[in-house]
Amino acid sequence: MKRIYAKEEVCIGCKLCEIHCAVEHSKSKNIRKAFKEYPKPKERLIVEYKGHISFALQCRHCEESPCVAACMTGAMQKDEETGVVTNDQNKCIGCWMCIMVCPYGAIKRNEEEKRVAIKCDMCPDSETPVCVAFCPNEALIYEER
Amino acid sequence: MENYVIIGNSVAAIAAIEAIRKKDKEGSITVVSDEPYLAYSRPLISYYIEGKVDEDRMLYRPRGFYEKKNVKTILGEKAVKVDSKTKKISLKNGQEISYTKLLVATGGLPFFPPMKGIESDGVFVFRTLDDAKKILEYSENTKRAVMIGGGFISLKAAHALRELGLEITVVELLDRIMGIALDNQGAEIVEKRLEENGIEILTKHTVSEIVSNKRGKVEAVILDDGKRIDCEMVIVAVGVRPNFKLLDGSGVKTNRGIVVNDKMETNVSNIYAAGDVAEAYDFLYKENRLNPIWPNAYEQGFVAGTNMAGGSRKYPGGMGMNSVEFYGIPSISMGITSPEEEGYEVLIKHLPDKNIYKKLVLKDNVIIGAIFVGDIDRAGIVNGLIKEQAVVRDYKADILEDSFGFVSFPIDVRKEKLTKSKSKAS
Repeated sequence: MKRIYAKEEVCIGCKLCEIHCAVEHSKSKNIRKAFKEYPKPKERLIVEYKGHISFALQCRHCEESPCVAACMTGAMQKDEETGVVTNDQNKCIGCWMCIMVCPYGAIKRNEEEKRVAIKCDMCPDSETPVCVAFCPNEALIYEER
Repeated sequence: MENYVIIGNSVAAIAAIEAIRKKDKEGSITVVSDEPYLAYSRPLISYYIEGKVDEDRMLYRPRGFYEKKNVKTILGEKAVKVDSKTKKISLKNGQEISYTKLLVATGGLPFFPPMKGIESDGVFVFRTLDDAKKILEYSENTKRAVMIGGGFISLKAAHALRELGLEITVVELLDRIMGIALDNQGAEIVEKRLEENGIEILTKHTVSEIVSNKRGKVEAVILDDGKRIDCEMVIVAVGVRPNFKLLDGSGVKTNRGIVVNDKMETNVSNIYAAGDVAEAYDFLYKENRLNPIWPNAYEQGFVAGTNMAGGSRKYPGGMGMNSVEFYGIPSISMGITSPEEEGYEVLIKHLPDKNIYKKLVLKDNVIIGAIFVGDIDRAGIVNGLIKEQAVVRDYKADILEDSFGFVSFPIDVRKEKLTKSKSKAS
């Protein structure tokens, strides 16, 4: 499957990917309106940085996903056709078993409205995941490897 | 054509069905369970009591799962015997079912310590949806409930009943709650938060007797020091035992659980076991052990199903781990968190005023256990490092810091993990 890969050599750590991710997962999908929403839109990726190194990290949508195996509600599922791992926000109860087993540390807690785990869903409404599309320095690539 | 029979209908059974159907679309699959329900998420029974989920939302797989996977279900009937010679199982109602491949995924049963008054009305265990329904009904006439045991199950029941407005006392024999998962410093944070929310915790005590009234209903417990606590309900949660009585006379080898090899096979051909009933390999202790937790049960069930259907898959071994959140404080523990012998390196970050406690246990620069209380965000990375048995010498000081992530790894390790196509978990 196509996945998102970071090129840390050209990442400038601007975190625009975070902003656009949060907006894409808001109700309005509008950058000016989104940040007044409740619950506040939250990005589903992590920008890691240390000194001059930085890069964005999202769910790797593992072939065999430990989060799916560990999910006790059945909320976390891997789509058999697309390979995308998504968490059903209506089923999730925030037990954090997925966070416990994700070897990438790529699942986040959202406790603002109700306790749910959130993660990269590959932006189902967008042709290219928005973190990739809006990266000003092409430090994120969406491709098959 | 294979004739798969699965005894049990929780996570290991479901994983086995999913694995079998990846390989074999034709063979017949029959699931037998003494519970009358479609597979549901057992850990959600505490949420059921609180009223946060209904039965429908507790379903572990969508309605139609069994039809879609072409699985025949016999629900509400208990399997009582396995005859490995004739390859048949018998149900309590006298029915016999033949198998060519059998999976025993019967889980565990709560342990009842011998105790005066334990048969009284108002004494419950906390394992099944039916247990939760009975507790919920009984709670209407309950002012105080006493939990015997201070582990995860007891505390989840305590939390749920507290949400209903009951007064709660937890009685734990050890000097801390969540004794296996946490250590004293970690447990103290959780304990404080539970007490702030009205859950009374008595450590270093046991219940020596349950007192009932003339009608046989619980009216108090007596502690080991003679103290009497008036209560109308008692929940016994001092551990579970693998449920394998049905294998008596079958020749299947059992120890504390059903002994399985890395293919989840028992010593008897064509009989497999998985989940809480199985004693499978633990890669930290390097021996077979009981690790009755959800993720291990899924993985074991999947391995069993794959091999039953003619595939070849090995169980890499599991470890103990758990995750829970009480009143806004999440805690995760994994592996060996409080080793008894010498020779381990322990790294700790303790910020009591922020309710944060993190601990790593290492042996020769390999992590064998970890505790995360209050800050669990990147705990999974540590889980991956434990499974890989990675040597973390170069970055171990970073692991408990807020900035810890893949950025802490040497660049070649990071590139190997993040830029290769096969994003397969360790």
